[in-house]
Amino acid sequence: MDVEEIREGILDILKELHEDIDFEAEEKMVDDKILDSFDLVTLVTELGEEFDVDITAKDFIAENFNSVDSLAAMIARLMEE
Amino acid sequence: MKHGKKIVVGVLSVLVVVALFFAAQRLVEPKYADDLLEGNFTAEYYEETTKHDVIMVGDCEVYENIDPMVLWHEYGITSYIRGNAQQLTWQSYYMLEDTLKYEKPKAVIYNVQALTHGEPQKEEYNRMTLDGMKWSKTKWDAINASMCEGENMVDYMFPILRYHSRITSLTKSDLTHYVTPRHITHNGYYMRVDVLPASESDVADPSWLLGDQDTASDTGDEEEEAVDPWDAVDEEALEDDGDASDPWDAVDQKDENTPKEKETEDGGVEFGDYPMQYLEKMRKLCEKNGIRLILMKAPSLAPQWYDSENQQVVDYANKHDLPYINFYDLLEETGVDFETDTYDGGLHMNLSGATKLSKYLGKVLSEQYGMKDHRSDASLAKVYDEKYKFHQEMIRKQQKELDDYGEIRSY
Amino acid sequence: MFISYHFIAFLLLLFVLYYLIPKKGQWVLLLIANFLFYFSAGTYYPLFLLATSFTVWLAGIMMERRDQQWEAYNAQIKAGDIPKPTREEKKKKKAAVNAKKKRVMLCCLLFNLGILAVLKYTNFVIDNVNVLASAMGKKELPYVNLLLPLGISFYTFQAVAYLLDVYWNKAKAQRNFLKFTLFVSFFPQLIQGPISRYNDLSETLYAPHSFDWKTVRFGLERILWGYFKKLVIADRISVAVVMLMGDPEYYTGAYVLIGMLFYAVQLYADFTGGIDITIGIAQVLGVHVEENFIRPFFSKNIAEYWRRWHITMGTWFRDYVFYPMSISKPLKKVTTATKKKFGMAGARRVAVYISTMVTWFATGIWHGAAWHFVVWGLVNGVIILASEECAPLYAKFHKKFPKLVSTWGYRAFQVLRTFLMMCCIRLFDTYASVRGAAKQFVHMFTRFDLSAVTKQEMIDLGLSVQDYVILMLGVLLMFLVSMYGRNGSVREKIAKKPYVIRYGIFVLLFFAILLCGNYGIGFDAQQFIYNQF
Repeated sequence: MDVEEIREGILDILKELHEDIDFEAEEKMVDDKILDSFDLVTLVTELGEEFDVDITAKDFIAENFNSVDSLAAMIARLMEE
Repeated sequence: MKHGKKIVVGVLSVLVVVALFFAAQRLVEPKYADDLLEGNFTAEYYEETTKHDVIMVGDCEVYENIDPMVLWHEYGITSYIRGNAQQLTWQSYYMLEDTLKYEKPKAVIYNVQALTHGEPQKEEYNRMTLDGMKWSKTKWDAINASMCEGENMVDYMFPILRYHSRITSLTKSDLTHYVTPRHITHNGYYMRVDVLPASESDVADPSWLLGDQDTASDTGDEEEEAVDPWDAVDEEALEDDGDASDPWDAVDQKDENTPKEKETEDGGVEFGDYPMQYLEKMRKLCEKNGIRLILMKAPSLAPQWYDSENQQVVDYANKHDLPYINFYDLLEETGVDFETDTYDGGLHMNLSGATKLSKYLGKVLSEQYGMKDHRSDASLAKVYDEKYKFHQEMIRKQQKELDDYGEIRSY
Repeated sequence: MFISYHFIAFLLLLFVLYYLIPKKGQWVLLLIANFLFYFSAGTYYPLFLLATSFTVWLAGIMMERRDQQWEAYNAQIKAGDIPKPTREEKKKKKAAVNAKKKRVMLCCLLFNLGILAVLKYTNFVIDNVNVLASAMGKKELPYVNLLLPLGISFYTFQAVAYLLDVYWNKAKAQRNFLKFTLFVSFFPQLIQGPISRYNDLSETLYAPHSFDWKTVRFGLERILWGYFKKLVIADRISVAVVMLMGDPEYYTGAYVLIGMLFYAVQLYADFTGGIDITIGIAQVLGVHVEENFIRPFFSKNIAEYWRRWHITMGTWFRDYVFYPMSISKPLKKVTTATKKKFGMAGARRVAVYISTMVTWFATGIWHGAAWHFVVWGLVNGVIILASEECAPLYAKFHKKFPKLVSTWGYRAFQVLRTFLMMCCIRLFDTYASVRGAAKQFVHMFTRFDLSAVTKQEMIDLGLSVQDYVILMLGVLLMFLVSMYGRNGSVREKIAKKPYVIRYGIFVLLFFAILLCGNYGIGFDAQQFIYNQF
């Protein structure tokens, strides 16, 4: 699975959460409170299901969830491990 | 240049704070000018311009019962009372130590009543006795010897820390006596001219003195009656109470949860080590300075003066060859009448009673202990004429209040 | 603890020494000061603190060693020292390393939370067991007399946060035991927080500090402001609060409202005042401590309130309870299962709902070992979830009336509503029983009678007319300072004024505390409300 595929998968999940937001353009999804706690928790579960990775508290920091790119990077790293 | 200016501004800033601090401190300090007057006594001593042959130390049993103006007027004896409400033995010792910095009297009279108190009693009395004392090592030691639980030296060093809450209950006299405190005493004597016969008061039961000691009732009932002068300061509630300035009487101390002294068989107190240790210090201090120490017991109806207590004083006096004047044994000689000579039913003498005791004491002092008659000393006479005027003036003013209101209100 | 001549003297001496000794020794001096402070609070307290400090320090190093083993293993592979393992092998190795790390973390966590739980909750448990026992006619258990070290809840939480941060590789382990102990025991925040994070505090705690007049002055100003709030306002009004809460039968109806408002004033002045003193002391020492309050009574809803009130506690529970729990394996499973059955809307909620309630249960019981604290926490949780659910509704309303929403009046309404709601919730924290609090809440409406509030009754609460005047002025001042500080630091603004004004404010504040503060003999200074938690 390459980075582009991962990005696609992430965007699908995000769209499911909020249809009306253009996530590709967002750089600070957590800091600007675009994703609330409900979203974040759901996102972790969904991403884990989709990519068969285990996102734990260790990776649960704002920097990893601020943009689609940072999310993709985290998933790629977790898949590598 | 700029550096210099900074220093000047800094120093000025600090000075302003210090000045404001002391100004505010003086503002909240109790002035003891309205209901409760006993807080002024200690400081008044420092206004004295002449020396004294006799110094008296002790509690209300001296400062209400002996009148130095009578001693002067009748015998030409110069004397001063360094006494305070509930002045405890160690405080009397330090009061003497303090006095010796300014003069060397020929005789010191100590009233033994306070020996029955083994430890510090009440913060309020400590403050009234000690606040007025000039700062010195003596004051420091006196405070250390006197502090009750919860008291703090810092509170004495900066009284504002103790009295700051008075800021919301200041009265006119806090301003009128801001600079000059009200002068109350006549060389330490606190005058009252009114009369409350012992028979009309249930404050004291005189039967123990007049008859069998065993029939005396416990003074416990009177605890409620005893007016705590300190409360008057805080609550301003006792203005119309004739006894508002009733100072401490020993009955008060039973209210406190202080450990009791050992009792003797007849119900009296076995004097504790602490007060006896300070009496001993007082004796040695007098000895060192060539001063004659005389022990005295005033004739109060309460608290009861037990035979056993008296015996302890007699023993001590005999052991060290000290004179001991027990006025209980001298009721006939002095002519004290508890129907006319007390203003609170037998606890303290009024002017009439004090005059009787003073006359007797003066006679003893001049005849037996050779105290000099200074009335021919012109400069001294001048000073004492002034004092005597103030004395006579106060008699008139008190009498006038008695006539106008039926009670004394401002003394 | 902050209110004694000894503490003031201790503080002044520390400040002077701190800047006189070589800078390298400053942190050592702080460590000594911490222990003197804690020792004077209770002879055996330092032992508890040392136990926590030592175990967590050791665990940190052990966990980091595991990480280093893993890194060394990877380095060896890279260098070709060992043959390249298969992915399976590597995964197995990683799992083994993680398992060991986890064991260390769990042991340490259980040990420290165990100390806290035993000391703080044993009697609470006995109490509840006894209720059951007596209901079943069995013999009751005796209470045990346990020592509860001052501030144990705060330093334990601080240490646990560090433990988890190291476990999650969010913080590097501190190798120096003494330095670590300094972090756990930093005296200004020992009693009542803030609960600092290692990464935040360590930046300035160990660093050498040279004397900087502006920093020191700002610190002193903050300390003074804290003492003002604490001594002049909180400790003055506390008399009335005690009266109002002490006799709920008599003080009912309108007095519940008065009690609520008085308690809000007391709690705010006491707690933020204490934190001002804490942060001010740290600032004088050149140490940066995170803010714990950002004008909380100006919040527009309860969730926001909890982001601005006791912030470090809120974020602690968020980062170390709420989120770890929400994304834990069991809850992930629940989320996945819910999604299959009820779709995304249900899946979004289930984990958050569960962890929110657990978090607030924990927050409640952390505040005090009693059921009314638990209820207080749960009520908070329920209201936060409810307003979360209502959010779309509000959004619609706001969209419909965009003009109204931006008006000053509407915002004031929101602020007032939130303030009053928090006051009501706090009834569960002030009245000693759940039932009592609920009853009072009802009576506030059913028995409301303003004519019962007379001047004499208000005086009988233990406050004189002068006290009320001072309180009103004090509250007004707090309000004005909050308003003034909305767009930038109050002290920065004051610093720009001419010297005379700056100095005048300083002097005024000092004398206001000196003269109007409730301290000294005859006045039993209230313990800071928060320090036994």
